[in-house]
Order: sequence, then C-alpha cells, then structure tokens
Amino acid sequence: MKMMIRKTLLLGILFLISGQLISQKYYTRDGKVVFESDAPIEHIVAENNKAICVWDTESGAIEMAILIKSFKFEKALMEEHFNENYMESEEFPKAKFKGLIRNMSSVHLGDDGAYTAEVEGELSMHGVTRTVVVDANISVENGKVQCIAIFEIAVDDYDIKIPSIVRDKIAETVKITVDLDLNILNK
Amino acid sequence: MTRFLFVFVLVFSSMIASGQDDLLSLIEDDEEEETLFTSALWKTTRVINLQSSENVAPGTLDFRISHRFGFVNQGAYEFFGLDNSTIRLGLELGLTDRLMVGFGRSSFQKTFDGFLKYKLLRQSSGKKTMPFSLSAFGSMTINTLKNEDPDIEVLFTSRLAYAFQLIFARKFSTGFTAQLSPTLIHRNLVETTDEKNDVFALGFGARHKIGKRLAINAEYIHVFPGQIADQYTNSISIGVDIETGGHVFQLHLTNSTAMIEKGFVAENTGEFFKGDIRFGFNISRVFTLWDHKGKQPK
Repeated sequence: MKMMIRKTLLLGILFLISGQLISQKYYTRDGKVVFESDAPIEHIVAENNKAICVWDTESGAIEMAILIKSFKFEKALMEEHFNENYMESEEFPKAKFKGLIRNMSSVHLGDDGAYTAEVEGELSMHGVTRTVVVDANISVENGKVQCIAIFEIAVDDYDIKIPSIVRDKIAETVKITVDLDLNILNK
Repeated sequence: MTRFLFVFVLVFSSMIASGQDDLLSLIEDDEEEETLFTSALWKTTRVINLQSSENVAPGTLDFRISHRFGFVNQGAYEFFGLDNSTIRLGLELGLTDRLMVGFGRSSFQKTFDGFLKYKLLRQSSGKKTMPFSLSAFGSMTINTLKNEDPDIEVLFTSRLAYAFQLIFARKFSTGFTAQLSPTLIHRNLVETTDEKNDVFALGFGARHKIGKRLAINAEYIHVFPGQIADQYTNSISIGVDIETGGHVFQLHLTNSTAMIEKGFVAENTGEFFKGDIRFGFNISRVFTLWDHKGKQPK
C-alpha cells in the first residue's frame, strides 16, 4: 500500500514536471516584416509577409527567420537591386533572429492585456551577426497574441555598402517593423 | 524505482535540450518550401545586340536609346567612326511576369520593329527546381525605305521580315551567366539569289560580373553557311554593362550596325578581326507605370 502511494506520488510529480517542461510555444508562418528607408529623395518601403517565428513562453526564447527574396517592393528595379546589390540574397538567403525575452515572468500570454517585452538577441543577415535589444509590444486579446516591435538598424553594421551616387536615395539607417500574430503551437 | 526515475529524467532533459536548441525546426519541418526564381540573369533585356533572357518587369516601361557608330578604322577624318551613327529608339513594356512587348524605330533601312518576348521557363530553386530559363521571342520589322527605282513595284509584304528565337539561359553563379539563342530570320524579299529567305543561326552570349554594378558581356552569332551572301559576316561583340539606379549603360565594340535581328544576323558587314569595329551603346531608362499591386507609384 505504501509502495502504491509512493508510485502514484512519483508519477504525479513526473506529470507535473513534464507538463512544465513541455512548455507552451507560440508560432507564426506569416509574420509581417516591413523595411522602410527614408532618404531625402526617395522613400522606399518593402513588405514581407512570410516571416516564421517560434516563441517558447517557458524559457522566453524566441526565434525568427525570413527569406530576403520575399520582400516586395513598389518598383521591380528596387527589388532587384535590393537582392542583387545590397542584400546579395543568393549568397545570404535568410535573415535570422535568435533571442530571449528578458522579462518573461511579467508577460502573461494566458491573460488578456498589454505587455512590454524586453527582447535581446542576435540578428544575422548578409553574413553578419549583431546583438539587437528592442522592446516589443505584446497585446493579448481573447487569447490572440499580437507582437509588434519597431527598431532601426544601420546598414553599415551589416556590411551593406551604399555607393555615394545613391546616398540621397537610400537611408543609412532603416526602420524595421515586425508584426506577428502568434498562435499556440500544438506539438 | 530509482532507475525508473533516472530514465525519465534523462528523457525529459534530452527533450529540453533539443527543444531549446532550435525552436524554428519545430515548424520548419512541415513548412512548405517555396520556389525561388533566380533573378537578374542579365542586367537588362539585351546582351549586346541579342535579346537576353531578361524581360522588363510588369508595369515597367523601358525607354532605350541605342547607337552604333562607324568603323573605328576609318581613321581621324571620320573621327574614328563617331561622325556616322545608326540609331534605334525603343519603348518596351513588361505586361506580366512572363510577357513583354517592344516597339522600335531604327535608322537602319528606316525600319519599324515590334516584338513579343515570353518566358516559357524560369530558372528556379527550392520547391520546383529549373536549371535554366527559356524564353520565346518573335519580332516583325517593316523596312520603310523609299523605292528609288520606278520600274519596280515594291509590295508592302516585300518590306516585311521576321525573327524567331528561343533563348536558353542559365545563371551559373552570381557572377556568370550564359545563353544560347537558336534563331530563324525570315525575309519576304531578299536582294540577291545568293541570299536565302530563311536564315538559321545560333547566338551565344555570356556575361561576367566584375562588380555589383559592372559586368563584361560578349556575344557571337554564328550563321550556318550557305545562307547569306559572301559580303556578309557573323556578328561579334564585346562590351560592358554599367548600372546606376534606374539606368543601365551598355558600351560596346561590335562589327554590327543594325540593332534588329534581321540586320545583325543576316545582313551584317565588317570583319571584326580585320579592324572593322564600331563603338556603340545602349542606354536603358526605366519608368514604373504600375507596381506589383497594380497601383501607380507616388
């Protein structure tokens, strides 16, 4: 009898631990990433609706990836130059982000509300990896999780050179807007 | 019992480890891989004289100004050929991802030309892999020279010529692209009995990028023997492409005068290797008429 209780207890504990370990994850396959360059002569906006992201709410780990070629520009020639001359997307097809929500304990995705998540991680693109720190606005409404982050990056940091002849057309610092509608990953 | 626990802990810790290692792999497994079309095989729609496998993007209008000067070996009196120039002005428009249309007027035989170019296959990787691009090109030209001989009646149909081409192209690496262009020229009327109405030829083109905005191009068009008169030669050209924002400048040395297929394939004069070389250029300026959403740009 004593043995039985111990066994049940143990199983119960294991179940609890496992429940915690197989933690909840959120994901998207159609996240939106907008690239915006505001230079004196030309305002360039490109949109990509194919970002993938997985967020482990237990550990706070978050990862994103995006295909550079999936950015759509207003002008076809801008898209060609973006891929050919600046991002060199045949050589570096993806941009990736791997980071951590530092204040995960104060972000409660189970409860409706608005939260600010402090994200820190490594952004890799064009063969260069750099640390990025950004505040993301998380809103939970009826269980739906939306995550918006806006930040700026200096193109020179990623070894992207802008020739002097087009300096008035392409900004040295571009604005990146990430907008994700996350769903629970059932796995 | 302890062993039982131990195994469980092991299993779970391994799960955590794999879970935290690469989160994206959780959804990448069943992610539908996309087909990625290889872009920018060439900087513009021409290799030099030959049509390249590139089209003008849908909604983009390409205004092309092309010149070919006289032979450089005419010497200083002719300012090394620059005193004479042959011109083609063209307006070319991308209609869809695959289809483009172009119109032009050449000073060579005062010719109007119109053409269609359609991408049958597009080089791609990913979900669907296609090792090369294949385009079909067809053009019609109308020679509008005045008839100088009152004894001969020149029918309208006699002024027409056609060109048909298949363009097989492959971007082997970011820097190197090559293409093969089997070509058929049909002229309704030819000048002499030495010339065939139908002329078959094979065009070769290649480019090597020497910078992000600079490339070296070369092309050669081989006309199969016995189809053209003896004074005609095969077209050989070498040049550079310089890209600056919305413009592409192509500067070249060639033995061809005409900038339409009928001329540079079947009626080409000048022995390239005997110094009959002309300087020439194509300038392409593109304007966006509508974007990929069908809207006019601001």
